[in-house]
Amino acid sequence: MKPSTSHRRVGTWMLRHLQVALSSLGRLYRTPLATLMTTAVIGIALALPTGMHVALSNIQQLAGGWEGAATLSLFLKQDISEKQIIQLTNRLGAHPKLAEVQLINPDVALEEFQRLSGFKGALQALDKNPLPTVLIVEPLQQYSTAEAAENLMAEFNQLTEVDFTQLDLQWVRRFHAITEIARRGVMVIGILLGLAVLLIVGNTIRLEIQNRKSEIEITKLIGGTDAFIRRPFLYNGLWYGLSGGILAWLLVTLSLWILNGPVERLAGLYRSGFDLSAINFQTLCILLLSSTLLGLFGSWIAVARHLSDIEPT
Amino acid sequence: MIHFENVTKRYPGGHEGLSHANFHITPGEMVFLTGHSGAGKSTLLRLIGLLERCTRGQVRVGGRNLAKLKRHHIPYHRREVGMIFQDHRLLNDRTVFDNVAMPLIVAGLRHQEIARRVHASLDKVGLLKKERAYPITLSGGEQQRVGIARAVVSKPPVVLADEPTGNLDPTLSQEIMNLFCQFNQVGVTLLVATHNLDLVSRMDKRIITLSHGRLKQDIAGSAS
Repeated sequence: MKPSTSHRRVGTWMLRHLQVALSSLGRLYRTPLATLMTTAVIGIALALPTGMHVALSNIQQLAGGWEGAATLSLFLKQDISEKQIIQLTNRLGAHPKLAEVQLINPDVALEEFQRLSGFKGALQALDKNPLPTVLIVEPLQQYSTAEAAENLMAEFNQLTEVDFTQLDLQWVRRFHAITEIARRGVMVIGILLGLAVLLIVGNTIRLEIQNRKSEIEITKLIGGTDAFIRRPFLYNGLWYGLSGGILAWLLVTLSLWILNGPVERLAGLYRSGFDLSAINFQTLCILLLSSTLLGLFGSWIAVARHLSDIEPT
Repeated sequence: MIHFENVTKRYPGGHEGLSHANFHITPGEMVFLTGHSGAGKSTLLRLIGLLERCTRGQVRVGGRNLAKLKRHHIPYHRREVGMIFQDHRLLNDRTVFDNVAMPLIVAGLRHQEIARRVHASLDKVGLLKKERAYPITLSGGEQQRVGIARAVVSKPPVVLADEPTGNLDPTLSQEIMNLFCQFNQVGVTLLVATHNLDLVSRMDKRIITLSHGRLKQDIAGSAS
């Protein structure tokens, strides 16, 4: 075959696909109500897991702000000198993984404790200050995950000046466990609703195949291959999936917009600069790609099952 | 062109649509297939178009043994065999042009080529002016001619017609037959099933008569 002929073949083939894609789109456009209903069902089914995913991402982002508070408290030994303390403070100040080091003098701490605890009398009865010097260190953002903070804790426990290090990770761990459960839940719901979309598209395409029975029969009679007959139905499924995905995106965006006001007010009450973030580009791409593939796959199932049933007589 | 060797078609339940049929149709021949209804005319045509497969024997069309043709090769076989039906089998939601263009679209021809060939085909059956009409608005004879235009538009070497004049008056029937003769003159092998004996006898072509699934008579026409 000459290259020019093969080029032309490919050109014709692509043109044919484009024609089928557009005519399938046109066919959907000519039955707006039915198309809209199918699209709406797909859109709502996909909006649910997408919305939950976005909500979860927002919560985790908010938690990221809290994790900065995963500070470590280094309780220093009682018998070390003032000079050693200053040296240690300087050393930690230059530590590449730490953002801030704060020294808490035992005298200041005692004063504060007396003021806040109400044990003033009892504490005054002690002959010396029982409180140790404490260094409160705050890791950099990227080292404030539970695991990294624990590594830091182990590192600081090795220091000779340090008696022990405390890291209140319990709540961070619990929070992670909860979000992990929620993430799995969203995944399960996503899979179930994805299956539902598959069935919806499959059923819609099945009805369409029945409606166009005579056309399929005649096409088979005049020598249409299975691929040729399948193609418009597959494009229908693809369009259903894509438009459902776009609708899901719109629904989630609309919901976030509705929620944004109250969330901002709540954040304001907590003096947090938290801002509800919309669907990011990556999530949008995944949503549209998976909805399109679900549509395509759903129609493929219907076509594979029902097209061979129709034979010309 | 078309070989039948000891062909039997038995349907589930034991009824034999065709039994031990033997005949040969040479390229460019025009043959009438007659017989009472249920004699096996349609069965015979359906075996050639691979709408059915024979139970025993061998059917060969253009050198292809149809029994050995795999399912995914059937479409390509059907492109070589134009089929015309009594009930036209047109799509009523498409224009005459689109109906006739279908075999060419299926074969993947380019747009300009499709338009050229459809126009030529419609011109042949005298319906060029009706290309934008919908089949439902046409008369029975016109619809049949659209069906014929569709069957010959891709220039298949073999054309089968199952009772093409079944619902038409004698004048229209004669017109259709004259069309067939024109196609036959340019080398198309034609096999026309009909029970219109009157018409058949006037055409002076080879006549194969079936009765209860068996070949009863095979009379060569003097013209062929």
